[in-house]
Amino acid sequence: MRLLLPVLILFVFSEIAPRVGAQDHANQKPTKRNTTYDEIAQVPAKARAKRNPLESDPDAIAAGRVLFEQHCQECHGRSAEGAGRGPSLRVQEIQTAEPGAIFWILSNGVVRRGMPDWSKLPEPQRWELVCFIKSLGKKPG
Amino acid sequence: MPPRTTFLIILATVGFAAFSAPASRAQESPYFVTYNHYLEEPGNLEIEYSSTFGTQRGGNDFHAYWMEFEYGVKAWWTTEFYLDGQTTFGDSTIFTGIRWENRVRPLKREHLINPVLYVEYANIKGADKILKEVEGHDAEADFAPSNGTLSKEHKQEIEMKLILSGTFKGWNISQNTIAAKNFSNSPWEFAYAIGVSRPLALKARANRCSLCPQNFAAGIEMYGGLGDRQSFGLHDTSHYLAPVLAWNLPSDWALRISPGFGLNDNSHRFLLRWGISREISGFGPMIGKLFGRPQ
Repeated sequence: MRLLLPVLILFVFSEIAPRVGAQDHANQKPTKRNTTYDEIAQVPAKARAKRNPLESDPDAIAAGRVLFEQHCQECHGRSAEGAGRGPSLRVQEIQTAEPGAIFWILSNGVVRRGMPDWSKLPEPQRWELVCFIKSLGKKPG
Repeated sequence: MPPRTTFLIILATVGFAAFSAPASRAQESPYFVTYNHYLEEPGNLEIEYSSTFGTQRGGNDFHAYWMEFEYGVKAWWTTEFYLDGQTTFGDSTIFTGIRWENRVRPLKREHLINPVLYVEYANIKGADKILKEVEGHDAEADFAPSNGTLSKEHKQEIEMKLILSGTFKGWNISQNTIAAKNFSNSPWEFAYAIGVSRPLALKARANRCSLCPQNFAAGIEMYGGLGDRQSFGLHDTSHYLAPVLAWNLPSDWALRISPGFGLNDNSHRFLLRWGISREISGFGPMIGKLFGRPQ
């Protein structure tokens, strides 16, 4: 029976814990938005001013899309429209944010609200993700 | 229901989940012993099988293995459960115990050096040979007796680590300071682990590929004992140097391999470690759904 205890604890965690982190994102009514997107406003000015070194890289958006599919779409939805665990990345708050601000959020996460930091991805890959996220707001053609 | 049946049902559920749930490509650290500051994403479960083949002077070579279930409880808290076993050639195959570890990241932001606090409870036999860490005065000779003799020793241990880790220009440098205490009347034992690693490419390619250099991370780790509270230092301790390589496949699996070399007479001459893992994205919410919780 002693073997079972840690397994059961793991299951209990798996059932309750992600829900706590997901609460902010579950019902994204406009009134709730501030809690999720407020983090953008917290980004330090120095980080905000950082230039995207891959801005003119023709492959960066496509590479960012591959990375998004691998690491982000599970929480933010297939088209980044937002899902149960992560907010939409197509909204104005994200699309008007400086690339440096999005890079900072990716690097530091919003740990207390369930968004892990992605500093495990090398810096150029995080910039590729920024390129892809910013491309979502561009009108085709 | 007998505990064994319950246990098998739980394992079957986890196994089913592993192959039916959406997977996300793991970004596996190549280290086997050293921990870095990256935790499991919240709600994700990583299932890993790893093994250590070790040469043994004065006894039979062995193959030790462990199943690892790593779960992201929060973005700042990861919990892991281990099942250990080993086969000593010409002797027997035995189950050697369980471990339960927790890692907590106290700082909200990414810094140059990021601390992580680690606490582990282990309930294992003396015959446990996975060598996930080398502590105190651990030496090769301790593993030489038969499984029957080693299994008579029963260890309940608490182990604590201070993990310091940072990544600069793609290079991860991690250092672990380890303190372990057997609940029996033994002194605190100390150990260290240091690792350096880097992905083979920092930029991702615009297409999915298996052999792209960004899917590989290589490095080296060094680990060993530092004696105990009564005789702290390098005297009568063992140490290892091990190159490490991880391959993160786009098919959601990750492979790791590491040949380790003993650095002094107290160490096993050679340890070969390898591991295979799969990360299941959204495992927590999925289990919640099974139990009728709305998403």
